[in-house]
Amino acid sequence: FAVSRSFFTAGFETLITTWHCVFATGFCHGNSVERKIYIRLNSTTPCVRLLNATHQIGCQSSRSGDTGVIHVVEKDDDLPWVLETGPSPPYMILLEADLFTRETMFKLKGSSRVSGIAVVFSKSSRPSSFSPDTTCPNDGYGLYTDDNGSQYTHCNKTTWNPLGNDENETEVIKQCYRDHNVPQNGSAPQYPLCAMQLFSHMHAVTSTVTCMRRNSIQTSFSINPEAVCDSLAGHNVWSAVKPINNSGSLDPEDSVIMVASRMDSRSFFWNLAPGAESTVSGMVTALAAAEALHKLPDAQELPTNIIFAFFEGEVFDYIGSSRMVYDMEKGRFPINLTNIKAFIELNQVALRNDSLLWLHTDPVSRTNETVQNLIEHLRNASTSPNVTVQEVNQSQPLPPASFQRFLRARNIPGVVLTDHSGSYSNKYFHSMYDTADSIHMDYPEGLSDDQVLEYVTEAAKSLADVASVLATALYRLAGGENTTAITADPKTVSKMLYGFLVKSNNSWFQSIIRSDWSKILGKDRRGIKASTKTANNHTLLLLSVLANLTGTMVNFTKEECQDPSKVTDAKKELYDYYWVQGPLNDNLTERTPQCVRTATRSRLAESPAFELGEWGSTEYSTWTESRWKEIRARIFLVPSHKLEMITLFVGIVVFVSSIVSTYFINAKAHILFSGAQGGDADVAY
Amino acid sequence: MGAAVFFGCTFVAFGPALSLFILTIAGDPLRVIILVAGSFFWLVSVLLSSLIWFISVQVSNKSDPRLQYGLLIFGAAISVLLQETFRYAYYRLLKKADEGLATISEDGRSPISIQQMAYVSGFSFGIISGVFSVINILADAVGPGIVGVHGDSQYYFLTSAFLTMAIVFLHTFWGIVFFAACEKKQLVHIVGVVICHLVTSGLTFLNPRYEASLIPIYLLTLLMGVWAFVAAGGNYRNIRKCLVSAQ
Repeated sequence: FAVSRSFFTAGFETLITTWHCVFATGFCHGNSVERKIYIRLNSTTPCVRLLNATHQIGCQSSRSGDTGVIHVVEKDDDLPWVLETGPSPPYMILLEADLFTRETMFKLKGSSRVSGIAVVFSKSSRPSSFSPDTTCPNDGYGLYTDDNGSQYTHCNKTTWNPLGNDENETEVIKQCYRDHNVPQNGSAPQYPLCAMQLFSHMHAVTSTVTCMRRNSIQTSFSINPEAVCDSLAGHNVWSAVKPINNSGSLDPEDSVIMVASRMDSRSFFWNLAPGAESTVSGMVTALAAAEALHKLPDAQELPTNIIFAFFEGEVFDYIGSSRMVYDMEKGRFPINLTNIKAFIELNQVALRNDSLLWLHTDPVSRTNETVQNLIEHLRNASTSPNVTVQEVNQSQPLPPASFQRFLRARNIPGVVLTDHSGSYSNKYFHSMYDTADSIHMDYPEGLSDDQVLEYVTEAAKSLADVASVLATALYRLAGGENTTAITADPKTVSKMLYGFLVKSNNSWFQSIIRSDWSKILGKDRRGIKASTKTANNHTLLLLSVLANLTGTMVNFTKEECQDPSKVTDAKKELYDYYWVQGPLNDNLTERTPQCVRTATRSRLAESPAFELGEWGSTEYSTWTESRWKEIRARIFLVPSHKLEMITLFVGIVVFVSSIVSTYFINAKAHILFSGAQGGDADVAY
Repeated sequence: MGAAVFFGCTFVAFGPALSLFILTIAGDPLRVIILVAGSFFWLVSVLLSSLIWFISVQVSNKSDPRLQYGLLIFGAAISVLLQETFRYAYYRLLKKADEGLATISEDGRSPISIQQMAYVSGFSFGIISGVFSVINILADAVGPGIVGVHGDSQYYFLTSAFLTMAIVFLHTFWGIVFFAACEKKQLVHIVGVVICHLVTSGLTFLNPRYEASLIPIYLLTLLMGVWAFVAAGGNYRNIRKCLVSAQ
């Protein structure tokens, strides 16, 4: 829903440094006055404005920031003070996350006594469920439209997301509030009061159509064009078990099996999108299956090729998958839609109940016999009691999935694997709470960094089981002759989960990351950003992991690895080469870089609507992100109106009286200073 | 909201200086020239002293806060001595200029007396040091916040403005006394001015205990005002005469 004021979430970490500087040394160089007035909040995450063809969502502040006296709202009873009785509006509300609901926000939205809201997100106390996405994610951009399966539109059959709707820095804010703003015995607190100012002025307004039109006016008429919004874009990642010529195109006779998952997530706040269950669970499972298949001795001899695809921007009306389908239709992708023999998509799979893994199919294309064949293969692949593959009620439509975009273009046999038969098991769908904890990645106390990395959690075991089933089914579908089941490595799964969800700057990721990307470690968040030339950080991380799991070491020098056209047997059209950082040496100071050959590729994932110039498209995603100049937040004390007026009054009195006295002294100067060397003297004559 | 604090503090800090400038200096181009040149001399002196302080910080142990605090006091003292040295240099320059002005003037007399030069040069030192010390504070006063989030006094802006007003007056008085002492070759008076300047500078280290710094500084200002009045040729009799003629 659209709200036109600033929202921030105050996090944890860093502020303590500024604090120390002011207190420990007594005086700080640089602009120490500013430091005496303001505490800059560094670990806040803004909510930015996003636009689509018809609407805008997100938050906005005025150009010079919005200021208000802080009031902590921890329970519903605190709201009347803000909305009615408090004597010093406007208020900046510090809202506990469990109150961050649709009802509270609508209460606050209409009030002129509220200048902004900061949401406190604490790891310890999270609500039992929270999801800021709609109850019907990506409605209208999937398979079911009014022309095609209209009975399934707007999720009127199954509501997929029924819940739709360290802490140092927070402590600093609350301390300031407690010191200055707490009402005593119901009476108003004394000035100065602690206030907060939020800056997040967004340049774009109304809708993508409006902002893109303004962009184009700027670029055609302005010497110094300043765009107001950018399309959301990133890069899809794909990799084939048997390398495919990237610049050519596949023989129409060849067929491939496509395994899909998504790699981005979102939340209410910009770039704060852990997406543990909603994204990472499926992605990691696909990665583990890819590794297991690549390890097989006969992987390169399989009659049917297997493609692992990871789509970007799926949360914003299927940007990645619609772009890949569009490219396939235009013949710009090595694989054509007709080549795809089967499609298996991994959705949310980490929260399985009673070992059940649910198969979703599309009731419209379900009649296709090959779908039944696909289901049988997946059923038979499960040999362990840990995974029971079961089909959902055949009349139920597909959940929101990338597969819908493929079905929309062509009737491809396919299934979507999930951990839920009806509504999501995920209680924190597309929210900031969808973290490692929500998929039960529990670590015992007191493990060192390396032990934590290696520790196999229950979540990892469960995902590895799913990956094993998937790999076995894929191998058999692809025509593999070996009858023993394939097992995915739970250790790899564990390491990936830890890296993607807990700490990306760990020793394993450090050793497998491409050396020119190493600075992104620790900075990856699963949010898709406005279009940039380079891929989003989480995409680079995924590329490195996928290259490590499915690639092979080659004995190239750094120069050869970075420019393989110098090497005769490099087969550049089939492979990419990554110069990775490599593991630490024994002395723990230097690394041994290596060259990895991989069939992993990335490809631009921007909605076709922008290439076609159809900014009001109902066919393709039209999400754009507004531009902004600065996003920051700070807290400080505000003086009472009385003190301000006294200061002004004193200033005017001093000025007027000095003019008067100067005038008189100046007029009498010849008398006053006539004593010394005769005649005129200091204050002129 | 910040605008009220900004204008209030600006009027306190520069109100007297502004009225002095408008009524006694702006009308005479020669005084304006002396004012600008004097400000330049002061700026050069501060440039040199900050250079000395900066180098000493660079070569010393930066992680020792006590040492750094000592260096800051040392830097302030050096700055005071350099300012007074430049005041003397400016006096010599003005003396030379005065002779030149006398030779080119029609009646063979300089169009400006040495007392007037003393007043304008002292005022120029005052105004530029006032601007220098308070301008960044005033810039922050425009914002919505006031000092105090770390527990400092909320009257920081107002006290800074009053301190600046005192500094402007003090420099003017020092200039008058200094030039008069140079004219009469009274070394004791020059030493007195330097010591007074050192004491004032040292008192500001008592901040943020504003009552401990502001009150002595205003007493000093009053004292220097009387001294400057006498040095410029004023006496009790003149005041009486002045009051009588006013009636």
